[in-house]
Amino acid sequence: MQDNEVTGDKVTNILFCGTGGQGGLTAAEIVALAAVYDGYHAKKSEVHGMAQRGGSVESHVRFGKRVASPLIETGEAGFLVPFHKGERDRMLQYLAKDGVDLLKDLQEADGKLENKKFINTYMLGRLSKRLNISRESWLKALETGFKGRLVEENRKVFLGAAQED
Amino acid sequence: MKKIELLSGDEALARGAYEAGLKAAASYPGTPATEILEYLAQFKEVDAQWSVNEKTAFEVALGASVAGVRSMYSSKHVGVNVAMDPLMTSAYTGVNGGFVIVTADDPGCHSSQNEQDNRLIAKFAKLPLLEPSSPGEAYIMARSAFEISEKFDIPVIIRLTTRVSHTKENIEISDRIEVPDKPFAVNAPKYVMVPVNAYKKHIELETKLSEIQKYSEQSDLNAIEMNDASIGIIADSVAYLYAKEKFPNASFLKLGFCWPFPDAKIKEFASKVKELYVIEELEPFIEEHVKQLGIKAKSKDASYRIGELNPALVKEIVEGKKKTERPQGARKPVLCPGCAHRSVFYALKKLKAVVAGDIGCYTLGASKPLEALHTTVCMGASVTMFESMSKILGHGKVAAVIGDSTFVHSGITGLIDAAYNNANGLVIILDNSTTAMTGSQPNPSTGYNAKGEASKRLILEDICKASGADIVEVIHGFAPNLQEKIKELMGKDALSVLIVRYPCKIIAPVKDPMPVFSKESCTKCYMCLQVDCPAIHKDDDGNIVLEESVCTGCNVCVLACKFGALKKAD
Repeated sequence: MQDNEVTGDKVTNILFCGTGGQGGLTAAEIVALAAVYDGYHAKKSEVHGMAQRGGSVESHVRFGKRVASPLIETGEAGFLVPFHKGERDRMLQYLAKDGVDLLKDLQEADGKLENKKFINTYMLGRLSKRLNISRESWLKALETGFKGRLVEENRKVFLGAAQED
Repeated sequence: MKKIELLSGDEALARGAYEAGLKAAASYPGTPATEILEYLAQFKEVDAQWSVNEKTAFEVALGASVAGVRSMYSSKHVGVNVAMDPLMTSAYTGVNGGFVIVTADDPGCHSSQNEQDNRLIAKFAKLPLLEPSSPGEAYIMARSAFEISEKFDIPVIIRLTTRVSHTKENIEISDRIEVPDKPFAVNAPKYVMVPVNAYKKHIELETKLSEIQKYSEQSDLNAIEMNDASIGIIADSVAYLYAKEKFPNASFLKLGFCWPFPDAKIKEFASKVKELYVIEELEPFIEEHVKQLGIKAKSKDASYRIGELNPALVKEIVEGKKKTERPQGARKPVLCPGCAHRSVFYALKKLKAVVAGDIGCYTLGASKPLEALHTTVCMGASVTMFESMSKILGHGKVAAVIGDSTFVHSGITGLIDAAYNNANGLVIILDNSTTAMTGSQPNPSTGYNAKGEASKRLILEDICKASGADIVEVIHGFAPNLQEKIKELMGKDALSVLIVRYPCKIIAPVKDPMPVFSKESCTKCYMCLQVDCPAIHKDDDGNIVLEESVCTGCNVCVLACKFGALKKAD
């Protein structure tokens, strides 16, 4: 059976938060896919259904050699990827002391993106700078995650965001 | 062929069943179980169908098993309630082809009307219960379930929970194995549950269960993992993973074949550890059994029977704490911009109607500021609760509101009941032509099926007339006379059905010009905010702001403005 090993190795925890329809769940899916393509064990957990009608949406992504719990604990998220300021404030308690809050990237995206629907791709680009996942896996995950839609556009936004300082 | 995919618990279970030679699957959409059938619908080898409701789904799947193929029923936990009648007796008939019953429970009520623990149904119905803790285990247990089902001639329950169903992880998938159909033979003592046969089958079932209990003892789905013997934890489902996360060095008895309980294994494990804990979500299902065996174990305070667990709460349980309810503060879900449900609820609110509601997106009409839906209990209850409420409170005051899919699920029988028993008043069918809340699945009134093929279409007007409604009318969701029409039909001494027809904005995104807002005419009365639309809000200075990117131009807010500050665009 899986998950019976003692989990000693470091697990990367990323919490996505926003409101329904912003693309946060797709972003979480892409990170989990990229981690899987890179050979990690990944878990992604979220809630579907009623909450998605404009309500709070959060997705927990964890990857490492072996992951047990699908949920990130309070104070344990290495990265907080917000799509909504209010939701970010509410979820800030999850951020680890040495964790990275990508709120600044979200706010900067407003001025940088011509089309706001690429916001999740932009945030992934920003996140990618800080994760140990190969570019090849990222690009493959982008294509799978967006189901082959707007491949070139997403790739351009992602690579642009990944190259910014 | 081996291949790694990122699959949810629902998908992994479906994949495992597909690979195990599944040929028939029936379900009714419901979070968190929906994706099981959606995943199966892609395979030509599987006759996967959305049934009208869970009872019909169960019977369809059972029939397929009796006819000789591996089959599966799946639904959310409360859906199993609808299927309980055939489920209980299927334990007596047993199966022919392997038959698996999947229940996806929702601890924490993320998207449900209650958080019932369906492990109790296994014991109640006398059916074996498998519980995966992760998608990887769901994938494996699907095959085990078919094997157990055929070995013991009994349906097998697999119980998922939201955190198993909606967690994704790496799954190494494989090819499908074709399983030969079992020959069908007429066998009245097995399949005809008249009293004389049923009594004998009950005797047989009890014998079977003692054999299954022995099998459960030997099953590697129940695994002892010895580590630090000073702390031993018995856990099932995702609670096992939370405990593993918090206490990686503890010893575990991981229950995957949860019922009938492996008593000898439980006793053996208890004897090997110094302090024993039972960690499980919701009801004290394992706890009570362990204690019945005379084993001393620490378990959760009753306060943790409410809501789901997480690693931090597991730690609190081990520390012997009581649960403190924490404020959630999450944003409430809201009807989509341009949804015609808003238009109907705004009209009902203006009419001060008491509204018997049902289950679907429109349940959101209950929340502030609309507050225009006043009961929600279960699928179909709107029509029948309206039937009696309107007789007692007056039919001019009470209306029923039900969606198209829910009406077909179990509203039709209610309408016949209301007509047969001379109820008067108005039943509103919110016909958005899809099963919206669970992600736009088709239903009999849409004219296509789970595989996307054209099917016979149920005409709602015809079935309403045939059920005995005196008046059946169809109106557009944003018709200017909507409120007037609702008032007229509520007041009549007749049983009326008003079908409000307007496609769901998610499947048919239509955008009309945004209303024109005049700041000069606005008195800041904020009546427009009463329609609860995501496209309209007040800014920090109290000024009304319309968001062009969100607005679909439905103009319900225009109806709310008495001062002409909001006007329909030319």
